[in-house]
Amino acid sequence: MKTTRPNNGLTGWLMVSPLAVVLFFFLVLPIIMIAIVSFWRATEFSIIPAFEWDNYAFLFGSHVTYKVFFSTFKFALITWAFTFTIGFTVAYFLAFHVRTLTWQVALFLLCTIPFWTSNIIRMISWIPFLGRNGIANTALQSWGLTDQPVEWLLFSDFAVILAFVHLYTLFMVVPIFNTMMRIDKSLIEAARDAGASGPQILWNVIIPLTKPGIMIGTIFVVTLVMGDFITVRLMSGGQSANVGRLISNDIALLQYPSAAATAVVLLATVLIVIGILLRFVDIRKEL
Amino acid sequence: MTETTPKKAKGSLSRRSVLKGATATAAFAASTTLGAPMIWAQNIRNITLRQFGTGVSNLNEVAAKVQEDLGFTLEMTALDTDSVTQRAATQPNSFDIADIEYFICKKVWAAGNLQAMDTARIVNYDNIVGTFRNGRLTPESEIAQGTAPHTVGFTSGQNGTDFVQEESGWMTLIPTIYNADTLGIRPDLIGRPITNWSELLNPEFAGKASILDISSIGIMDMAMVVESMGEYTYPDKGNMTQAEIDLTLGIFTEAKNNGQFRAFWRSFDESVNLMASGEVVIQSMWSPAISAVRAQGIPCVYQPLEEGYRSWGGGLGLSAALSGIELDAAYEYINWYLDGWVGGFLMRQGYYSAVPSTSRNYMSEDEWGFWFEGMAAQGDITNPFGQVMETTGAVRDGGSFYDRMGAVACWNSVMDENQYMVRKWNEFIAA
Repeated sequence: MKTTRPNNGLTGWLMVSPLAVVLFFFLVLPIIMIAIVSFWRATEFSIIPAFEWDNYAFLFGSHVTYKVFFSTFKFALITWAFTFTIGFTVAYFLAFHVRTLTWQVALFLLCTIPFWTSNIIRMISWIPFLGRNGIANTALQSWGLTDQPVEWLLFSDFAVILAFVHLYTLFMVVPIFNTMMRIDKSLIEAARDAGASGPQILWNVIIPLTKPGIMIGTIFVVTLVMGDFITVRLMSGGQSANVGRLISNDIALLQYPSAAATAVVLLATVLIVIGILLRFVDIRKEL
Repeated sequence: MTETTPKKAKGSLSRRSVLKGATATAAFAASTTLGAPMIWAQNIRNITLRQFGTGVSNLNEVAAKVQEDLGFTLEMTALDTDSVTQRAATQPNSFDIADIEYFICKKVWAAGNLQAMDTARIVNYDNIVGTFRNGRLTPESEIAQGTAPHTVGFTSGQNGTDFVQEESGWMTLIPTIYNADTLGIRPDLIGRPITNWSELLNPEFAGKASILDISSIGIMDMAMVVESMGEYTYPDKGNMTQAEIDLTLGIFTEAKNNGQFRAFWRSFDESVNLMASGEVVIQSMWSPAISAVRAQGIPCVYQPLEEGYRSWGGGLGLSAALSGIELDAAYEYINWYLDGWVGGFLMRQGYYSAVPSTSRNYMSEDEWGFWFEGMAAQGDITNPFGQVMETTGAVRDGGSFYDRMGAVACWNSVMDENQYMVRKWNEFIAA
């Protein structure tokens, strides 16, 4: 035993090293670079290496930052609530109501069809649909539900969240469906034999067992929404802001250090959120 | 490195002989007033010039014509305004020719990535309109506020990083195209005459107005509106103080929170879609966007306003890295650019060329009358791509060149307080 252990360790290290090297060069190093640049100074057209807290001081000193972070969280939370509800329901239906594997696979593939086209196109196609003279408003008016076109359908927070939910629900469906499929059906039978009602089975058996899937889906959705900038810009007509837009505006105006500082704060925020989420579920143990 | 070094060495070997030839040809051309295009030795054919700029003038047709007329290759990259600034400031080795706006020039010139041009080598220099040389369109006209092209048009020497206010013989950018911008409106949905910039914030158009989300241009449109409302008269709209920036953006933030704006747009096509779909009935707009809306059969007017126009201009700048035969080729290209073909091509899309007199040779009488002189069209007016833009009897919005360019109130600008303005602009967008 003792002779093989160091050997095993070495093989182990060798096996992870390609991934470690790739991650180091393409993930860790760029992040370190961003952190370094965030302390630099920028004039209008040049970037000067320095070590100053100015970028952070401005960031934390501006009420806009807090407002924008708040709206980023707002988007993330609302989007999460909708994608979770829809995603869980869809996954539940696929896993427990559809009996044959063939149909499960077929219906699951059906869910992925919209993802065969580009993200941006799926998002932009909402614009003519929701517009003042769009299909939605024309339909509402012809049914006599409204006299005036409904203005808040497009270029509003509603439109942003609608697009997010549309874009990201599948990221909830997939991991939840995956964990649900692995639940031993005999557990549910046992619960039923023991006299549990449908809601009780859902609450006491299925939800606890799908927690890892829910958590993975949550991480996907939260990080995607918090890092997004183009959806917010296009669907709000440029009128709402989130952190991603703040960064993209800075970059557009050559304020790289300030953009880097914002990115570092965003990264820290997202990591804290994920850290909190992982406190609820140990993904590694339950996978 | 290994790839470029031998290439350079090869270039410098032949450079001396070529330079001799070049000077001789140039001298010959100057003395005989033969003008561009000149005929070059075979080695100019191996040259590739890399140009980048906004989509406005980076057209493949131009590159094809360069190949045909001058024999060398022009590689075009079209980017948006902000990316153009970024590249000019940060990637000097990625281009030979920068097609940038004058206000961008003010931003990036000091970085030293561009070199000045000797006006003695520009054949049509004396025919360039006065706006770009001394700021005056005609000897009587007033100089508009903002980053007027002539204020950043000249420098002290080939490698000067400053700006000088007289025609020093060293030009930073060779003007290519420019235009006078105003508000675009949907006359069918408004149903009454619009004559002032202040209408943009008129509560009558609540939820149906838009402004562009490019700070350096948007702030000027805002200033025009604020002055028109009678809220404030700026000593210089193009160079506001912090208090003036606060005031301007304060007025617009209030309007935004009251739901005045339907959306903000950043790219040309967004402005077209907003207008064509009827989401917006009044907004800041660019001239070709108006044409694009009209091409869909939707009425759209580039409304001349009492307070005047906000103008912009672009030009070609040479990379500081250019030398030898590449530099000669670049001069050759610039002389060709001002020789009229490109001018005619751009003027038939509604822009103005820096040397209108040469462009005229490449336009029909009717086209010249419609686009430049503001006369009624005698027949169908088509753009260079063959699309019918206007039909018989149509008159250009705003009238003739002198009516439009003579009524310029301000130029797109970069202010001393630019960074402050940008931060405030971000707050406005997030508000």
